[in-house]
Amino acid sequence: MTTRRGLLATLLAASAMPALTWADAGSPAFLAAAAEPDGAYALFGLSADGQDRFRIPLPTRGHAAAAHPTAPEAVAFARRPGTFALVIDCANGRVLHRLDSPAGRHFYGHGAFSGDGDLLFTTENDYGTGQGVIGIWQRSAAYRRIGERPSGGIGPHEVLRLPGSDMLVVANGGTLTHPDSDRTILNLATMQPNLAYLDPDGQIAEMLHLAPALHQNSIRHLAAGPGGQVAFALQWEGEAAQFPPLLGLHQRGQPPVLAMAPAAVHRRMDNYAGSVSLSGDGRKVAITSPRGGLVCIFGMDGTYAGMVERQDVCGIGPGPGGFVTTDGLGGILALRDGQLAPLALRPRAWDNHLVALT
Amino acid sequence: MKLAVLLALLAAPVAADTGQAIADHILPGYARFAAETAALHAVAGADCTPAALQAPYNSAFDAWMGVSHLRLGPAEQDSRTATIAFWPDERGATPRALADLIALSDPVIDTAEGVQSLSIAGRGLFALEFLLYDPAFADQTPYSCALIRALTADLAHMAAGINADWQGGYADLMLTAGAAGNITYLAGTEATQALFTALATGLEFTKDQRLGRPLGTFDRPRPNWAEAWRSGRSQRNVLLSLQALVALADALSDGETPLTDAAAVRAIGLAETLDDPILAGVADPQGRLRVEILQQAVQALRDAMVAELGAALGVSAGFNAADGD
Repeated sequence: MTTRRGLLATLLAASAMPALTWADAGSPAFLAAAAEPDGAYALFGLSADGQDRFRIPLPTRGHAAAAHPTAPEAVAFARRPGTFALVIDCANGRVLHRLDSPAGRHFYGHGAFSGDGDLLFTTENDYGTGQGVIGIWQRSAAYRRIGERPSGGIGPHEVLRLPGSDMLVVANGGTLTHPDSDRTILNLATMQPNLAYLDPDGQIAEMLHLAPALHQNSIRHLAAGPGGQVAFALQWEGEAAQFPPLLGLHQRGQPPVLAMAPAAVHRRMDNYAGSVSLSGDGRKVAITSPRGGLVCIFGMDGTYAGMVERQDVCGIGPGPGGFVTTDGLGGILALRDGQLAPLALRPRAWDNHLVALT
Repeated sequence: MKLAVLLALLAAPVAADTGQAIADHILPGYARFAAETAALHAVAGADCTPAALQAPYNSAFDAWMGVSHLRLGPAEQDSRTATIAFWPDERGATPRALADLIALSDPVIDTAEGVQSLSIAGRGLFALEFLLYDPAFADQTPYSCALIRALTADLAHMAAGINADWQGGYADLMLTAGAAGNITYLAGTEATQALFTALATGLEFTKDQRLGRPLGTFDRPRPNWAEAWRSGRSQRNVLLSLQALVALADALSDGETPLTDAAAVRAIGLAETLDDPILAGVADPQGRLRVEILQQAVQALRDAMVAELGAALGVSAGFNAADGD
């Protein structure tokens, strides 16, 4: 029976209760944008086994999202050259804030939180100058924009925070575009993608360029391991018959390792990797090829470890002992031990990325 | 195929499903490719001279053009498609691989397993094209004869493997799309989607590679980048690929597709009458214009098919494949 004192204690405890955590959000494990059969766009929260947790309508096509490190909150981005992002309460699927890129800027579709979760970093195009920018937004100030810094290159596509640190790593894709000409690459001959490490002060701590012959290999998407390993996925914008590597592995202070499947498999990727992820146990890395309908898997040293086939596969994230993939046919599949196993099939086309939340 | 035959084909009633495409297009296509490559190998066993082999070689290549766009399942297993047709190869990996084997008289070709261990650049139709047509390989020796026999055996083995795999399970896998336990095709539409993707990708390959590679740029045309120019097949391959793709489209859909039909007639007509067997015309302005017009017609056919046939079948070009970031 509840005593008066007991009730008081409960009330006090409730008021002192910590903020909600990811566990309170019905444990959505992933976010993914999708196109629905009627032409609408939406963002979905998904459980680890591929069940829908929530659906949030989007005004236009979405791309990726940034998950808060502790609170069940994520920021979903419009697709390039989108100008909005939505802060979502993943416990109930409600939109908490809408972020609009400043005049003269558009988002690239990716972002990352600081280690303490108070700052959100967004990749942006300052299309007047063509320079890449990392926008800074403060969560504790209702996501007010509080500043920005150079990204270290043109076309910053994805930004990640290295786990356990406040070092940001930016994939400066190198491709100059302007919203007036949609996605046309304006600097194909001179593009210089790089992988830039930005310290918490915004200084460039290290910058990686690929060999000159690979200057048209756009560094686009990122995954990071707990030991500071960075995996980057590439999109080749150069001569189509060249088939250069589409996966790079990097550890600060060391030269990159470029990894490739055997030629016959590699060529099927058609010079384009869609997404990259480490496996749930951190021992493998995989890139997806929607054009070839396959996923190529590698060891963390870049050794080819096999491939699986799935039509229009593009989204990939870590799963237990392996990966989870999403595709344009609506499939959500577990990839473990070199085998795909369907988790769910939905009447919608999953968009480019599957974002792991925790 | 003559234009009249094509028109008759387009006017004929066609069934609307994957089963029709498998029964009328895929299985006969691979059976023919298996038979023609076996015939090529049989001739090579008796006589390995180019004079004897060029005709059966062309029959085998013709058969390949009937199925080369079906890049799924058995055709992709063990990288068969990439091995049967290693192209484009601007870096010359194929002649290099062959020259290395011949220089060493490498006995690796004495066994089927040995041939299978070779670089894929040194196998398949394009390796044989060098051995049967290129002046650099015109001096036949007992070793080069043995190499031709080994490569025709390997080609016939791959063709037989694809044929057997389609008949021995993959056709059923497509036909049972969406059934419990089918983890390749999770829904009934997924098999249709796979064939639709093969169709769109096949048209893109002809436009971007078979026509686009020799076109290069106006300032730098690349006639030597035409497909199979050594054997004089470049224009023929464009035509045969278009005919095969239209046949697949017809098998897939029984809906009215007037735009597709008109675009198919136009593209095939242009490919038939181009009168430029190895696309050498890309190097002069007038010839170039004709190839560009054909390329635009193939693009128009692709766009019409994706829109019209996609709507009829309830599928679309791969969402992520077509438009990533």
